[in-house]
Amino acid sequence: MTLARGAGAVLLALLLLEPWLPLGDVRQYLLHVLIQIFVWAFIGGAWSLMGRFGLVSLGHGAFLGLGAYTAALLWNFWGLTPWLGGLVAVLLAVLLGALVAYPCSRFQVIGHYFGLVTLAVGEVVRLLIIAERDWTGGSLGLSLKPAQGDSLLAMQFADKTVFYYASLLLWLAGLLVWRRVDRSMARSAMEAIGEDETAAASVGIHVTRFKVGMTALSAALTAVGGVAYAQYISYVNPDTLAGIGVSLRIVFAVVLGGMYSLLGATVGTALTIALSEYLRIVLGLKFIGMAETIYGLLLILFIIFLPAGIYGSLASLVRRVRRGTMVAGSAGPA
Amino acid sequence: MIDPIFLVEAALNGILLGGILALLALGLNLIFGVIDIVWIAYVDLVMVCMYAIYFTVQVYGWPVWVGGGVALALGALLGIAVHVLIISPILGSAAVNQLLATGGLLFFLQSFATFLWSTDHRTVRFSLPSWEIGGIFLPATRLIPFGISIIAMVVLYLFLTKTYMGTAIRAVAQDREATALMGASPMLIYLVTSAVGGLMAGLAGALLIFQYSVHPFFGGQFGPLTFMICVLGGLGNMPGAFVASFVMAEIIQIAGVIWSTEMGYVIAFVVFIVMMFVRPGGLLARRQ
Repeated sequence: MTLARGAGAVLLALLLLEPWLPLGDVRQYLLHVLIQIFVWAFIGGAWSLMGRFGLVSLGHGAFLGLGAYTAALLWNFWGLTPWLGGLVAVLLAVLLGALVAYPCSRFQVIGHYFGLVTLAVGEVVRLLIIAERDWTGGSLGLSLKPAQGDSLLAMQFADKTVFYYASLLLWLAGLLVWRRVDRSMARSAMEAIGEDETAAASVGIHVTRFKVGMTALSAALTAVGGVAYAQYISYVNPDTLAGIGVSLRIVFAVVLGGMYSLLGATVGTALTIALSEYLRIVLGLKFIGMAETIYGLLLILFIIFLPAGIYGSLASLVRRVRRGTMVAGSAGPA
Repeated sequence: MIDPIFLVEAALNGILLGGILALLALGLNLIFGVIDIVWIAYVDLVMVCMYAIYFTVQVYGWPVWVGGGVALALGALLGIAVHVLIISPILGSAAVNQLLATGGLLFFLQSFATFLWSTDHRTVRFSLPSWEIGGIFLPATRLIPFGISIIAMVVLYLFLTKTYMGTAIRAVAQDREATALMGASPMLIYLVTSAVGGLMAGLAGALLIFQYSVHPFFGGQFGPLTFMICVLGGLGNMPGAFVASFVMAEIIQIAGVIWSTEMGYVIAFVVFIVMMFVRPGGLLARRQ
């Protein structure tokens, strides 16, 4: 445990010092990749708050898109600071989450059906953004109106370092929330509900309240992630922020990492982003589509051969090895 | 106010679109009902088959029926390949993983198609007549696929009800364990079901190419809609999927004429979401 903790501390220190490391030309690019990893890991963590309890949402793009577009539109049209715009975005996402989760819970829409309902919600948000092209820019997307120079109020900075630390903080905050949920009564309640709803209700667990609450929390965090990403890229697009594509990518990253562990979402996101960046650099513009092809192929292979996720499988392997050595140690001659 | 003639035309187009959607939904529904896995990438298999018919007919100049045969054979092969390579190793895994494995296939097929054939939209040109009845145009490119689709569905129905294999497939859909106890091999039945499902994808591709141009992201256009039709009809429920196809097609076409194409889809999806709450077992489910 101390070894793992030490490695973690070194890694965190490296992450904190990254902007000062002597990396030369690579630094800006590395910053960009890390910011993406932090933001998407945060979003993945938000998804896993539902996913780990059997509420497998295939439509988190809905909350992401709703969040990003709300803040972006409020800023572009009324000059409302994304800090307040983000607040509005979170409120709307919570509302949408509750609007979906409440009836789903009341009418016992679970499993495949829950996945497909959320998938429909994600597509509805994407199509609405495209349909309202007069003020959302439709499928061409929308650029954020630039502020005069760096502005904390507008959440716009020329220097990536600011975004880097902001996203690092966001990611850590996400981990904190995840841990809080992991150690709360809500976790036990949600696990009981995930196992057997009727049984959970019969021992006095308020099924609907917990489900709606967890969905609202997940939706709120996802919206925050959407706002953060939109501010960093300073551009929003319905196909990259809403709909089935991005929703599946979030799920993939988390399942790849393992959704039952604190760092699963982060490991999965880091791997998928690193993989697609690596393939993009290696294959470049010569073979358009090849990088994604390999990505898809690897996803299938990972799911077939590492069903508990990479981090999850590794963690259980380490545990088994450790228990194995302990048993061997105690069984051996004294 | 919209000229009623447009609404009538939209309603007719809805029926014609519904015929094709029903074919797609039945293929997916058969697989779901028997193997209990939703192939997220189902319409992407259709996309690959559309390319097959595009290349055979438009590029190499083969007759349409030969191209269609190639698309059908390819569809069946793909169905078998998907089952053997992806589904059978994870039959016992969590439902999420099964869903995601076919989701990985979706990324794979889309990007591989982009790699091989670029993102250009490709169209097969048919010189077929078009009839005008009272100001409404009925092109043969819509009528012929509709007719073939209906015939195919009747054939599928007969296959499932009249043949030994069809009966076995229905038995597995009803109760997997009991069927295995009766001595039928679920593995063989899964394989046949996947092949038939793939065959339907090939046929749907051959029919869709009459009206739509094919591109690597074609699956996104019909994929979500197809799942929703299956669920709306009741997963595994064939008549339900058939009815749901026409309901969704009518909503999309009529709302599309009144507002916009995207709004047509939005309304159809919202109807789907609401129906999930009102009739979770599907349109034709009996109240228990």
